[in-house]
Amino acid sequence: MEDEEEGEPNLHVFKASSSGKDNNNNNNGGQASVQGVKAQAWDPRTMLCNLSFMEQKIHELQGLVHLILGRNGQLQDEQQQLITADLTSIIIQLISTAGSLLPSVNMLSTTAPGSALFPFPREANNLASQTLNNGGASQELEDDAEEGENLPPGSYEIKQLEKEEILAPHTNFCTICGKGFKRDANLRMHMRGHGDQYKTPAALAKPPTKETLPGSDAPMLIKRYSCPFPGCKRNKDHKRFQPLKTILCVKNHYKRTHCDKSFTCSRCHTKKFSVIADLKTHEKHCGQNKWLCSCGTTFSRKDKLFGHIALFQGHTPAIPLEDTKPSAAASSQRGSSGCGNSNNNAAMVSFSLGSAANANQETSQPCVMDGKTSFEESFSPLSFDICNFGGFPRSIFDDSFQMLISSACGCSPINGGVGSVSDTSL
Amino acid sequence: MKKAKQIQDMISKPFDLLSEELVFIILDLVAQNPSDLKSFSLTCKWFYQVEARHRRSLKPLRAEYLPRILTRYRNTADLDLSFCPRVTDYALSVVGCLSGPTLRSVDLSRSFSFSAAGLLRLAVKCVSLVEIDLSNATEMRDAAAAVVAEAKSLERLKLGRCKKLTDMGIGCIAVGCRKLKRVSLKWCVGVGDLGVGLLAVKCKDIRSLDLSYLPITGKCLHDVLKLQHLEELLLQGCFGVDDDSLKSLTHHCNSLKNLDASSCQNLTQRGLTSLLSGAGCLERLDLAHSSSVISLDFASSLNKVSSALQSIRLDGCAVTCDGLKAIGTLCISLREVSLSKCVTVTDEGLSCLVMKLKDLRKLDITCCRKLTGVSITQVASSCPLLVSLKMESCSLVSRDAFWLIGHKCRLLEELDFTDNEIDDEGLKSISSCRSLSSLKLGICLNITDRGLSYIGMGCSNLRELDLYRSVGITDVGISSIAQGCCHLETINISYCKDITDKSLVSLSKCSMLQTFESRGCPHITCQGLAAIAVRCKRLSKLDLKKCPFINDSGLLTLAHFSQGLKQISVSETGVTDVGLVSLANIGCLQNIAAVNTRGLSPSGVAAALVGCGGLRKVKLHASLRSLLPSSLINHMEARGCSFLWKDYNNHNNSNTLQAELDPKYWKLQLEEDIEL
Repeated sequence: MEDEEEGEPNLHVFKASSSGKDNNNNNNGGQASVQGVKAQAWDPRTMLCNLSFMEQKIHELQGLVHLILGRNGQLQDEQQQLITADLTSIIIQLISTAGSLLPSVNMLSTTAPGSALFPFPREANNLASQTLNNGGASQELEDDAEEGENLPPGSYEIKQLEKEEILAPHTNFCTICGKGFKRDANLRMHMRGHGDQYKTPAALAKPPTKETLPGSDAPMLIKRYSCPFPGCKRNKDHKRFQPLKTILCVKNHYKRTHCDKSFTCSRCHTKKFSVIADLKTHEKHCGQNKWLCSCGTTFSRKDKLFGHIALFQGHTPAIPLEDTKPSAAASSQRGSSGCGNSNNNAAMVSFSLGSAANANQETSQPCVMDGKTSFEESFSPLSFDICNFGGFPRSIFDDSFQMLISSACGCSPINGGVGSVSDTSL
Repeated sequence: MKKAKQIQDMISKPFDLLSEELVFIILDLVAQNPSDLKSFSLTCKWFYQVEARHRRSLKPLRAEYLPRILTRYRNTADLDLSFCPRVTDYALSVVGCLSGPTLRSVDLSRSFSFSAAGLLRLAVKCVSLVEIDLSNATEMRDAAAAVVAEAKSLERLKLGRCKKLTDMGIGCIAVGCRKLKRVSLKWCVGVGDLGVGLLAVKCKDIRSLDLSYLPITGKCLHDVLKLQHLEELLLQGCFGVDDDSLKSLTHHCNSLKNLDASSCQNLTQRGLTSLLSGAGCLERLDLAHSSSVISLDFASSLNKVSSALQSIRLDGCAVTCDGLKAIGTLCISLREVSLSKCVTVTDEGLSCLVMKLKDLRKLDITCCRKLTGVSITQVASSCPLLVSLKMESCSLVSRDAFWLIGHKCRLLEELDFTDNEIDDEGLKSISSCRSLSSLKLGICLNITDRGLSYIGMGCSNLRELDLYRSVGITDVGISSIAQGCCHLETINISYCKDITDKSLVSLSKCSMLQTFESRGCPHITCQGLAAIAVRCKRLSKLDLKKCPFINDSGLLTLAHFSQGLKQISVSETGVTDVGLVSLANIGCLQNIAAVNTRGLSPSGVAAALVGCGGLRKVKLHASLRSLLPSSLINHMEARGCSFLWKDYNNHNNSNTLQAELDPKYWKLQLEEDIEL
């Protein structure tokens, strides 16, 4: 049972990346699983499985080429592509299978002599393979606080918690009533209610070792933690493994990186978080992001916006609507102020060329005809109002302006996001 | 038979032989004088059409006529709207529709009452727009700047004094107009480091960047000085640019030719050294009104740029003798030196400076009051190629020195001897400078008609002559000038109390005359003015203040003949309503000053104001402000006319005028005022 599960994901991934057709069978992202293959501990059974699969694939390819030979060598584009893709995937698989040998060899040689612990490697991997579709293996940037720490491998003790253990709301449980607590100290406070024997200073004192896991006999050794997610930089099997300092780090890292972001900001309804503290931090500042780019990204600081614009081609600062038309914008702004950020985004005018050109084409003609009469009239009367536009045909421009704004607003969600980067870049 | 008919045709239509190309060449030559062009186009229908096709640049007087003008001139490439104060969005959309594809440059620097919508028309319709001047659009906001960013081919952009613009607007322009070459952001006080930095990052072709009076620090200069083609960088009055922010600056901006760091109060030698360290090819350096003392140490910071430096301006700086000496020995290729208002300059310093500057062309030592004939003698003997010498108020310079200037520097074109001790002998020697075109002899009390007659005989190329308060001059001197200098364009004979109509009649021979200032000449009358008005067709500026004998008949002649008049002052004259209203006949008239003109009634002024359609500035007595209907004032302001209300009271009697005409009394009073 275990063997199959071990091999299965790799197999699926291999198919997905090679044929490109039966992607739907598997939710795994191609990249993430290739990483998984690379980083996994060397396992003869996996290796064997991979090798046999490659053999099978080569046989398939042979058959295909034979078939083409039978048709007098008429090679169609589609078939050629298929063969090329297959060959490429075989090569990739070969390299990755061979490459998986290297780190595990290193790991074995360095960690084996020491007293490093691998508490539940098999289970952890399994769990990881199941939660692969949670996906964000790219978010390696987070939790790099201890990046500078360069402990030599083997100089510290590595612990790896299970997924359930990490995600459990409580870690300390009362042995009598079963109530769970987040903190050890709270549990001890709770225990006082169960009898006088829990009220002694010795019982209330902080236990000498925090962890109750077996094998923590060497108190001198520094403890570091590994993420159970295979392929993660924080996983001990990763080539450039960066250990996590505390359990809290493990928890936050695992939630942020490998879990769904289930907490949505109640103000902007767009930003999502997996750690509730992050949400609270965000909510404090949500709505203050007044610096907006044409791509829809908001920034709390102007210099960040300008850095972003300097970096990407075609992105421009978006001018808030209130700036373009004071009176109209002020009223609309007042109406929508309660709804927060998403409305603000829509209310920005980006003056994209397309919309501008459209507005122009449609309104330019009548303007000339109307104008001829009204323009000359505009200077004659003495009763001239400065605030007014004089005799100038105001409605035309107002219309065009209104159109412009509406079209720009309509565009902004479409333009928004990652898509526009590729659209506009040169 | 047929041939005969052809010949007949040819005689009847002689211009058919001319090809359009030939006419274009003729027009190129005619185009120097607008009135000639007008006569040409009125010759016949074909000429009218050809002229319309030929013209590329337009400077209309009224925005109302834009539709008609642009329909006639279809090939308009340069449109200068600086005479049209009120340019509405409609006018801009007319411009966009009628000459969209051909238009290359638009000047809106003096216009207002257009908005982002109008600019959008312009930006979208004029696809080949290369230059736009939006200076003084003080109400312009970021939204309008975002619209300007739609003009993708823009290369030259001026946004001077657009005070409501922020980094966001400049950011939009930086992203939109990638081809920008020359950008002026002078006085855009809302733009900071971020906007300028982005501009430098996005627009790699920038050659000239004016950042004067911006609240920037040295931070954005790190990006700016990375520009590969930057030639001109103006940082006038950037108080935020200090030594600390320039400390880490390392650049190799070898393209930089012109650097203006004047009035940068917080920039001292240390910051300047790092600013100049990479600019090895710098040619012009402006350090006017900087806070640091120009000493020996300071001169050492010029080490890196000394080889190519051609021009240096140190106006108003504290200059030491050693510093000038060091500059003189380091930068031997200097062609222009300006030490205007450097009160600490001594004879020794200037002599050491010019000693080795054989190539010096321009020297400005205005108000260096310690200088005497010694250093001027040194200048004259060391710099034979001198073209321009400005030495206003160097009153210690002896008369002999002027003789030497004329003797040694024969190439002089521009001379400013205002408030100096020059005498007729000096003028005689200067008259040997054949190419002299500008001569200022204001408050030179030692010169007489004899000296002027030398100038009249020798300097036939003279264009500008200033005789302000040079009271030794009479009609004889002016007539000799008028006879000899037929190219004269500008003359100032203010407060020359002996001038009469005879001078004006003789000056009317100078048909190129454009500016005529005769303020405080008590003897000139309307007859003299009539002579000028009739014969000087190009007259555009006229100052008749404090000429009590000028009255309505003079203005009536002006209104009839001087159709090019743009500016007139009739303060404290005998002009009444009739004369002022008659000025409405002059279409180009932009500035009127009529303070303390007793014959004027409020209704007369009102009628004149309504009549003169192109007025931009009116100077009136403050008492009229309440007497004129407020609706009229509002109307005028909406038309783009601004009012200056003067509330000084004129003790209008002959005594004060007499007192003012006495130069000694006047100078005494001026000194008293300064001391106060």
